[in-house]
Amino acid sequence: MMPELGHLALILALCLACLQGFLPLAGSLGAGTPGRGASNLRWVALARPAAAGQAAFVTLAFAILVHAFVVNDFSVAYVAGNSNTALPLVYRVTATWGGHEGSLLLWVQVLALWTVAVAAFSRRLPDEVVARVLSVLGLVSIGFLCFMLFTSDPFDRTLPAPADGRDLNPLLQDVGMIVHPPLLYMGYVGFSVAFAFAIAALVGGKLDAAWARWARPWTLVAWTFLTLGIFLGSFWAYYELGWGGWWFWDAVENASFMPWLVGTALVHSLAVTEKRGLFRNWTVLLAILAFSLSLLGTFLVRSGVLTSVHAFASDPRRGLFILVFLAFVIGGSLLLYAWRAPAIGAAPGARFSLFSRESLLLLNNVLMLVAAATVLLGTLYPLFLDALGWGKISVGPPYFDTVFVPLMLPVLLFIAVGPFAAWKHAQAAQVARRLRPAALLTAAAGIAAALLAHATPAVALGLVLAAWTLLATLQHLVQHRRGQSAAWWGMIVAHAGVGIFVAGVTLVKGTEAADDVSLRVGATAHAGDYAFRFVSLDKADGTNYVGARATFEVTKDGAPVATLYPEKRFYTVQQMPTTEAAIDRGFLRDLYVSLGERTPDGAWIVRVQHKPFMGWVWGGALIIASGGLLAALDRRYRARRATAAVPVVTTTVESSA
Amino acid sequence: MTSALKPRHKRLILLAVALGALAVATALVLSAFKNNLVFFITPTQVLSGDAPRGRIVRIGGLVESGSLRRQPDGVTVGFVVTDLANKVRVSYRGILPDLFKEGKGVVAQGKLDGAGVFVAEQVLAKHDENYMPPEASYAVREGSRLAQKDKP
Repeated sequence: MMPELGHLALILALCLACLQGFLPLAGSLGAGTPGRGASNLRWVALARPAAAGQAAFVTLAFAILVHAFVVNDFSVAYVAGNSNTALPLVYRVTATWGGHEGSLLLWVQVLALWTVAVAAFSRRLPDEVVARVLSVLGLVSIGFLCFMLFTSDPFDRTLPAPADGRDLNPLLQDVGMIVHPPLLYMGYVGFSVAFAFAIAALVGGKLDAAWARWARPWTLVAWTFLTLGIFLGSFWAYYELGWGGWWFWDAVENASFMPWLVGTALVHSLAVTEKRGLFRNWTVLLAILAFSLSLLGTFLVRSGVLTSVHAFASDPRRGLFILVFLAFVIGGSLLLYAWRAPAIGAAPGARFSLFSRESLLLLNNVLMLVAAATVLLGTLYPLFLDALGWGKISVGPPYFDTVFVPLMLPVLLFIAVGPFAAWKHAQAAQVARRLRPAALLTAAAGIAAALLAHATPAVALGLVLAAWTLLATLQHLVQHRRGQSAAWWGMIVAHAGVGIFVAGVTLVKGTEAADDVSLRVGATAHAGDYAFRFVSLDKADGTNYVGARATFEVTKDGAPVATLYPEKRFYTVQQMPTTEAAIDRGFLRDLYVSLGERTPDGAWIVRVQHKPFMGWVWGGALIIASGGLLAALDRRYRARRATAAVPVVTTTVESSA
Repeated sequence: MTSALKPRHKRLILLAVALGALAVATALVLSAFKNNLVFFITPTQVLSGDAPRGRIVRIGGLVESGSLRRQPDGVTVGFVVTDLANKVRVSYRGILPDLFKEGKGVVAQGKLDGAGVFVAEQVLAKHDENYMPPEASYAVREGSRLAQKDKP
């Protein structure tokens, strides 16, 4: 009975999404027509209640699916495919989004949360703008609800019900599964709000500084969530996959990284649109692109097209639906853009010279976009070749490293220069003079790294750029900190985070040490200056697996450093072995031990690793994300309607030409 | 000074910078593609000499049952990959993935040495027990078609 209720709730949500998607938009278009004002206003006023109703039914459906997992209702095909009676309760709950159908429902649930948030925190916006934004979100929701109801219903029954389920993939039975997918989706789906604002601006033909001030905090929050989501995915892979890798340029990772790159460009472009009324078309285009890439990413990961193009063909309805939906959203919004973009062009006379903060931010945008394009190419090219039957190839990390790293070098060179350059027109010589202290310190740090630490040229270059980013940002902080807004602090924090992140990546990539050895109990392996002694091996079983736990004592020059307990598990339902690595995390280094297989003569294959500054990678990513959050909390985004509606752009008419 | 430039010229310069960045990126992409694209070949193609020597490629198929041998160092393993028509010997130093099993699908990335042994630097098996790496299943499908054809 319950699953049918869930199905019904989804259908009702779809009906309300249709109301929310069409009527307020139509009403907002005719708002100015005399004689029809009353009915138009009623349609506009429908936006919030329809959104709330849709969210309620989606939440009900989601709760029912969670309930089906909790009570082990294996008559629901999706539950039977992704859960098991032996699975601990918390993983039964997270198994809700462990497969295709459930993660679509999570997507719609998150969209409903964003929609309700927009409806609740938009009291100071003009009604017709709110109506349009909520309508666009409703239209997106219609697409997803239809996809779910027509091709991927999570409430489909399988009768007779199997006695037990096929269990959740053991790699997903982890804390990471609780937080990573929801956070990632908060980011992905959050860009739909920026997208909705962009479409609303195109429809209304009006885009001013006030618009940018409305759209900015939403975009920043979405970007922060996406940053956190990607970070958690990487952090999770680092300890769960068991081999110490943390970024594989895997298509699934790229699918989340591309919207992040475009979102980063969007966050910076919005700053220019708000402060100077420039880049308006460009900002709108970036918002459309960021959301399009989010959609593409969702479908790439969830359609099965990545594991095999043939999986895609096994259910042609799904594939066709996805292609039509993507074509409709991306093609439709780009058409609208081509038609309406001239109407929202730059403010007359708002100009900037070749060297100015605007041009540096434009450079950031171009580089981020080009980087996203190269990642897109490397991700989709093998899929196209395979789909067309032109051969099987793979594009691995070497491609991405050789293309991506050079594109990021100028980003790192200029990231700290931007804040020193004035809006409209900056003097290159003056900026160079002001940056001299940071430049001198950076040079000293570089020479020290090369001479004292015997760094390779690549490591030295990475460290110099990291030091440059950090020192110049610090200098800016010291000289300009008085009376600054939260947005400014957010920028400083995020840029400093980039410096720390780059230092971490450079050092861990450049100086890590690892060894794969065959060890018996009592023997010792080495990585870096550390000795890993295999002390003992014990039995360690769980509710749905049998396992072995090894004890390793790590010493450096004879002094004890840490005791590590790596595990090998065998999950009995899925007949799948997993590796549970043991990590001793430190400020300056991680020590990492993982158990491979047991050889017939009783020894174990063991990988021991010394990963210097690994924590800086995670710390840097977290600091970047907190910068985004800090910027989103700026007081001026919460100003009242009266101040928000003042056209700011009129003050920038004078030109430098 | 730059401020003396006409807006039209300025836009041209900005456009040139953007195009320049695009050109550099294209050059990087093309050279990276040339050097880093990894082609997939089946054991049959390896035997017929289609495999480019000295270049990193991927091979895939089934791990032949009973073929797994461990060197005295314990960390180097040898096994045979078959597409049911032809076989290639593979040697690999390191930890095999959790889902590596004799009789199951596998994909190995590496180079052919002079003696016809495929020296793998990476061995891949996917995240799920039921699921066969697509390249491996492709090789086996092609190979069994070939084996069918050869029968009298």
